[in-house]
Amino acid sequence: MDSDDDFNSSPVSDEDFMGDQDSDVGLEDDSDFDMDQDDVGFETHDKDIFPTKQHYEVDFKVYDPRQIQASQDNQIAEVSQILGQPPEATAILLRHYRWNKERLIDQYMDKREEILESAGLGETAASNPPKVVKVKGFVCDICCEDGPNLDTFAMKCGHRFCVDCYRQYLYTKIKDEGEAAQIRCPGDGCNRIVDSKSLDLLVADDLRERYHVLLTRTYVDDKENLRWCPAPNCVYAVECGVKDKELMRVVPTVHCECSHFFCFGCSLNDHQPAPCALVKKWLKKCADDSETANWISANTKECPKCYSTIEKNGGCNHMTCRKCRHEFCWMCMGVWSEHGTSWYNCNRFEEKSGYDARDAQAKSRQSLERYLHYYNRYANHEQSAKLDKDIYLKTEKKMQQLQNTTGMSWIEVQYLDTASQALQHCRQTLKWTYAFAYYLARNNLTEIFEDNQKDLEMAVENLSEMFEKPIDQLQGLKVDMMDKTAYCNKRRIILLNDTADNLKQGNWEFNVSFP
Amino acid sequence: MFASKRLAKELQKLHDKLPPGITLVKADDLQEWIMDIRVVDNNPIYVGEVYRLKFTFSQSYPIEAPEVVFVRDETHPIPWHPHIYSNGIICLDLLDRQGWSPVHNVESVCVSLQSMLTSNTKKERPEGDDNFVRNNRLRPRDINFIFHDNQV
Ligand SMILES: [Zn+2]
Ligand SMILES: [Zn+2]
Ligand SMILES: [Zn+2]
Ligand SMILES: [Zn+2]
Ligand SMILES: [Zn+2]
Ligand SMILES: [Zn+2]
Repeated sequence: MDSDDDFNSSPVSDEDFMGDQDSDVGLEDDSDFDMDQDDVGFETHDKDIFPTKQHYEVDFKVYDPRQIQASQDNQIAEVSQILGQPPEATAILLRHYRWNKERLIDQYMDKREEILESAGLGETAASNPPKVVKVKGFVCDICCEDGPNLDTFAMKCGHRFCVDCYRQYLYTKIKDEGEAAQIRCPGDGCNRIVDSKSLDLLVADDLRERYHVLLTRTYVDDKENLRWCPAPNCVYAVECGVKDKELMRVVPTVHCECSHFFCFGCSLNDHQPAPCALVKKWLKKCADDSETANWISANTKECPKCYSTIEKNGGCNHMTCRKCRHEFCWMCMGVWSEHGTSWYNCNRFEEKSGYDARDAQAKSRQSLERYLHYYNRYANHEQSAKLDKDIYLKTEKKMQQLQNTTGMSWIEVQYLDTASQALQHCRQTLKWTYAFAYYLARNNLTEIFEDNQKDLEMAVENLSEMFEKPIDQLQGLKVDMMDKTAYCNKRRIILLNDTADNLKQGNWEFNVSFP
Repeated sequence: MFASKRLAKELQKLHDKLPPGITLVKADDLQEWIMDIRVVDNNPIYVGEVYRLKFTFSQSYPIEAPEVVFVRDETHPIPWHPHIYSNGIICLDLLDRQGWSPVHNVESVCVSLQSMLTSNTKKERPEGDDNFVRNNRLRPRDINFIFHDNQV
């Protein structure tokens, strides 16, 4: 194994990863990975003290490709010794058993021959190395070529083909079909798996490399506690101890080295506080109702006072009509000044009671209205997050120009970046609070949840609004902006801790059942 | 082209001799062939009908499976079968990446389809046929079929 110095910069040391793979790493208390300082922005710690984990956070570790390869090789070597099989055969057996080494070792002791046969290794795998030979009178069943100079190859099963065909077959499997661990002999109905020694003999270097990359991928795919980071082109894998059956009690958001936040349960982007099953249901509903949804999330609205068309161009909900200067809320179209005290009206759908509920049509209309209420807010935060980002990038650019002309140092605008990131995080959370709320049945806890949602929403809008200030004013607002950023992060933590705690204890009641 | 010698050999054999119920209709080039099949026993679901198959070969045939579909015209209906969609797409593991072996050929595919019909007793379409036929835009080889039972 390599031990380069730069290796130390990776999130965990080799030794950590080499430890017992089967222990529940998710339950370790002494995890030593760095917590994102942004998330605990309102608390300060001494350098020596690790930040305490928030209730909504789960333990996880990030691994780079070299660590994954090394761990794989280690397990192969270990099991190889126990079984007395060469590493190539052991690798096939382990992959055949989806890397469950206990089960493999157990069953191997009981019924060795049967297992070797089922993994495509019949007879003893520790034998002559594979080789290319010329066979008299041979006709290849794939290309119909014959001739005494034709190079041919066959594995133990005896299904012999010309080397060109064999190579072409492997090439197609690896390059086009992305297969590695389960490539079978080209013979009809033959279950023998092409071992890596045979493969190395037949294919060229570039393909061999791809083959080993694919093999490594199956290692992570097969392990329940490992998962690839889904970010495009990311090569890291994340280990987390949260099991599938726990996903109604915990939302395991993990943070890759590449900076991507994603859910270990379902690989989607971070969707706290909503559990995976609920997210799946919500996304399906949104896709099914996309026509209504598209209509409602249109980016233009009319000013409620003068009816001129207004386009939303920033993330903030506070709208001022260019024409009549009327100030209103984009979400509810209500007068903005009333929002100072009654944000309530803007985040909670008022369940209409009474006479029209009996009418079936009214009922279905109300259920659509209810959905649209939550969908609208969900979509709004999604859209606003994009707009926030746009406006931040524009601001950053202008600030750079300003730096060049005034000589302001780089560090002085860092707070803008921090603020922008906080906004993205908070909007992501807010977005999912609306999907969560849609499925939430009212009980004595929902009011606290809605208060938390409202407080976070208000904090976010206040911060978002600051980005719309003229550039020359932004310099003077640094302290204010940093305060507002810290406040946003704090509100987010409060909301997520509350929802996570209640989820863990099974206190939430949902108005639909989840499998 | 990788497949040319192999396809030429296959064609020669198809012209020579074919199992009963299987006929070569058209093989003008090495990209697309038309075959007709009928069942040779008295299965009432298929009696008196002839079905038309279109084979499309890729550059890497026979390493890659050919694309095989039933085609409909005035004289050739799509056979009833729980694994054959009404648009002619066939759900058969032999034609799938996992089930295909380069040792198979046009004749063996025809024979397999013929026996798949012969042994069938259900005058049915696959579950979700309507929906599939309406919405599917994928080529047969890119569809992920789940092979519920290999008995049918
Ligand atoms: Zn050959
Ligand atoms: Zn074989
Ligand atoms: Zn990543
Ligand atoms: Zn999830
Ligand atoms: Zn106006
Ligand atoms: Zn409002």
